[in-house]
Amino acid sequence: MTAAAPRPDPGTIWSWLAEVPDPEIPVISLVDLGIIRDVTWQGDSLEVTVTPTYSGCPATAVINLEIEQALRAHGIEKLTLKRQLSPAWTTRWISRAGREKLKAYGIAPPEEGSLCAGQLAAEAHAVDCPRCGSSETERISQFGSTPCKASYRCRDCLEPFDYFKPF
Amino acid sequence: MGGEQMERALFDYCLRLGDNCLVLGHRVSEWCGHAPVLEEDIALANVALDLIGQTRMWLDLAGTLEGQGRDADKLAYLRDANAFRNLLLVEQPNGDFAQTLVRQLFFDLWHDLVLEALQRSKDARVAEIAEKASKEVTYHLVRSRDLSIRLGDGSEESRRRMQAAVDELWIFTGEMLTPDALDKDLAAAGIGADLEKIAPLWDERIDRILEDATLTRPEAGWMREGGKAGRHSEQLGFILAEMQFLQRAYPGAAW
Repeated sequence: MTAAAPRPDPGTIWSWLAEVPDPEIPVISLVDLGIIRDVTWQGDSLEVTVTPTYSGCPATAVINLEIEQALRAHGIEKLTLKRQLSPAWTTRWISRAGREKLKAYGIAPPEEGSLCAGQLAAEAHAVDCPRCGSSETERISQFGSTPCKASYRCRDCLEPFDYFKPF
Repeated sequence: MGGEQMERALFDYCLRLGDNCLVLGHRVSEWCGHAPVLEEDIALANVALDLIGQTRMWLDLAGTLEGQGRDADKLAYLRDANAFRNLLLVEQPNGDFAQTLVRQLFFDLWHDLVLEALQRSKDARVAEIAEKASKEVTYHLVRSRDLSIRLGDGSEESRRRMQAAVDELWIFTGEMLTPDALDKDLAAAGIGADLEKIAPLWDERIDRILEDATLTRPEAGWMREGGKAGRHSEQLGFILAEMQFLQRAYPGAAW
């Protein structure tokens, strides 16, 4: 008879996942991004519930791989990743720390309550330039370098920048 | 309708939703590297990517319902044209930029309304895909609406091209908004979207956009249909020839 493998508590596992960077925006972690929805033990197997950001986001497969690698490196042998579509991911789930990290990295964090699903008529909020802080910015395009970003430009410091669009 | 019949009907319905996304996603991706300005190139590639992502969700669900071991890839790459259930609108060629944009506007308006309704589907699997996709489609619609207004109410040349595209593609809008037996059965079961309720909303919204864009709504007339039943224009075959080439030439090839 072999001794049962020690089962790290979910809090410890969350702290491990908090160190796994997002593959597209490595300054924030998967936990900051809000896509890890649950961590539970099912007997001796760990189940991690992950929700996709955008349905076609090419990073999804890489994210799953990185979660698995990180947990295996910490000695978790049996694990399953469960995809959860509903409730759909929203940028409201990005942590406060994650927002600060985005800004420091040069990506304007989402202005919640502006344009998002079901609010077609809502006007886009003023987005502050993450470099100089000016609110004199303009949208170049609603779409950007990854599905989650829009392209903006600062009229004061003249720098283009990415805006993590509310979703 | 019995349980098994309902599963079969829902399989067909998911094929329609998935094939619309797949064929339009493929069409839009043809612009990648060719769009008139960089921002539009990026926007079109993003829209195509969202649509392909949504395709995977719908076709995976279709495969599960069918229970014959076909996943999204098999359904996308190993069916012939007459097994596709997409609307004729989405297979129409890109044409000039106005045709691409008007095709997108007509579809996005419809897609947004359908997904909004499907979020209340009695089938939880349908509802959760609709919830996810709907958020993405809101951004698609904002872009196609705003750009249509700018180009319609733009230069003499852009307005002329936009009106020509509206006139040419109008004939494909009837199929989107007219329910057939499958649409009616699924709407009655509370699983599918009720096109009889969606049609007036689409009409009202397109009228407002066309007005803002200083464009004229075409006269009501004969409409082309058949895509939902697998009767396609010759355009679909060319799309499939390119899209399915690899799996046809090297069956079972994987990354």
